[in-house]
Amino acid sequence: MWAMVVKEFRELRRDHRTVAMMIVLPVVLLVVFGYAANFKVHDIPTAVFGPGARQAAALLRPPTFRVTQVDTAAGESAARVQLRDGQAVVAVVTGGGGPLVLLDGTQLFSVETAETALASAVPTAAPGSPSPREQILFNPDLTTSWVMVPGLAGLILVFIGTLITSLGVVRERQSGTLEQLAVMPFRAWDVIAGKIAPYLMVAAVDLVLVIVIGMSVFHVPFAGNVAVFALGAALFLLVTLGMGVLISTVSQNQGQAIQLAFMILLPQVLLSGLIFPVSSMAAGVRWISYILPLTYFIQISRGVMLKAVPISALGEPLGLLAVLAVVVLGLAVIRFRRDLAPAGRTKQARAVARAGEPAAA
Amino acid sequence: MRWGLEDVDVRRGRNVALAGVTVPADPSRITVVIGGDGAGKSTCLEALTGLLEPAAGAVYRPAKERIGYVPATAGLYADLTVQENLGFSADAYRLSGRERSRKAAEILDRTGLSGARRRLGGQLSGGMQRKLAVGLALLHSPELLVLDEPTTGVDPVSRVELWRLIGQAAAAGTAVVVTTTYVNEAARAATVILLEAGKVLASGTPDDILSGVPGAVGRAAGAGRPTPLSWRRGRSWRVWAPAGRLPDGVQPVQPDFDDAVVIAALAGEGG
Repeated sequence: MWAMVVKEFRELRRDHRTVAMMIVLPVVLLVVFGYAANFKVHDIPTAVFGPGARQAAALLRPPTFRVTQVDTAAGESAARVQLRDGQAVVAVVTGGGGPLVLLDGTQLFSVETAETALASAVPTAAPGSPSPREQILFNPDLTTSWVMVPGLAGLILVFIGTLITSLGVVRERQSGTLEQLAVMPFRAWDVIAGKIAPYLMVAAVDLVLVIVIGMSVFHVPFAGNVAVFALGAALFLLVTLGMGVLISTVSQNQGQAIQLAFMILLPQVLLSGLIFPVSSMAAGVRWISYILPLTYFIQISRGVMLKAVPISALGEPLGLLAVLAVVVLGLAVIRFRRDLAPAGRTKQARAVARAGEPAAA
Repeated sequence: MRWGLEDVDVRRGRNVALAGVTVPADPSRITVVIGGDGAGKSTCLEALTGLLEPAAGAVYRPAKERIGYVPATAGLYADLTVQENLGFSADAYRLSGRERSRKAAEILDRTGLSGARRRLGGQLSGGMQRKLAVGLALLHSPELLVLDEPTTGVDPVSRVELWRLIGQAAAAGTAVVVTTTYVNEAARAATVILLEAGKVLASGTPDDILSGVPGAVGRAAGAGRPTPLSWRRGRSWRVWAPAGRLPDGVQPVQPDFDDAVVIAALAGEGG
């Protein structure tokens, strides 16, 4: 047995990625997730409208509320737009028969925290003032599955796009067929596009399946425009498939690809806003959320499905997904080209400059 | 030479993988690059096919459409059937219509895989996989056929069949470059390049290499090694005397190609 123990340790010592996965990753994840996993929501984006907006805003104190807008001229319709477009989670409309509190039902933890805080804030207002009316929009019963299904759809796409794609490419490398493809009359882009296209189609079918099951089994509504949702999903898929190709270019075997894919998958579960609101995460880890594609896809999928957000209000997540797609796919293509067409990619091309010509007489 | 490497240097990091290596590849001729593990055989082929870029020297190769290549790992799709593997190669080289069907049938016939066309590549025996891989590389009638140790680990019958395929390709006008570790295979070549530690120890026709053996060669009996420059041949020893004076009791013999290869290696080591 001792011989086996010694042998295993020797192998492990030379497998730096596995050592990192076993020792460094848990520590990093513990610290990052410790700061990210926060049920106590604070800094809830809040907008206040109507003639009594200034007085109402004074009652909505930090750290629970972060008043982002005070508009004495605007009314309920402006408040609804703010919530729909994700500018605010809580909107208070003053005037008329008493204040109206609108809450974004797609933000479960934020709404529950806001309700508790509002209940304690109202008695401190002027005695005898009318009690506020409360209305939860987009997910009136605060149904968890309505919020989770659009996000889980994204998570499933990350899984397929990143893990399965990377395994597909690494399999070519391990079996020696990648080497052969490099000698065949293919352009690097042909190989990448040819590799990605089937996974893109399967992932698209998966996405439709998840959404249909979500709608039929969990009764999740699809309130918005299908084309906007499809655009967001297509951009998101390009990023995840690009990540898969990128992983494959730095992995020699399927084991390494799986390890790397999980290192990328795990943070997306907790840091993308799927479970915990991004705004409540510690500033030190919040920036990670902003480089994760799932963060933006969740904004799009929840926005379109539950809130019918128009494309004009989704410019930021769509634009950032497009930027991520260009960057990730660009890097993937550059690295993949190095595998497929090494000759001629450096300035030492002199040696092959006469390739294809017969020897000089 | 029509195709091949000319005075090529290849570096891998700080290490020199090939130093001044020339490998000619001419139509209708078979060039065999022979050497031990780590000699630089595969590196030669990678430079020839464009998989890596030489630091110096010249590489002459046809366009990708005219190269057939089989890497050391066989390079076929284990999850595709024999027929599907052929179909993929035909698509890659844009063979269509009647030519496609005719070529596929011809390759199946020549490789003896007609009865296995519906079997998955991964379910074929090692020898059948190699034959299919060579067949795939020949499907588009390449001008240059590059094979990396196609017979390593293959049973003797399959080896004969593989060499028949290689010979047929050369007879049809293809320039063939093959690497091997088997000396007897090198003897079939028009040109032999003997490689050791990235350097050419000897090159030329098998006869050139044989006639270039310096010193004298002899045969000795007995259990113990007669001299440091001796090696086993069957039950007896071969003894090489670089200066031409064989030790007492060693009977002079005419060296054969196997002896010539070993002597070139010993000479390369400084013997």
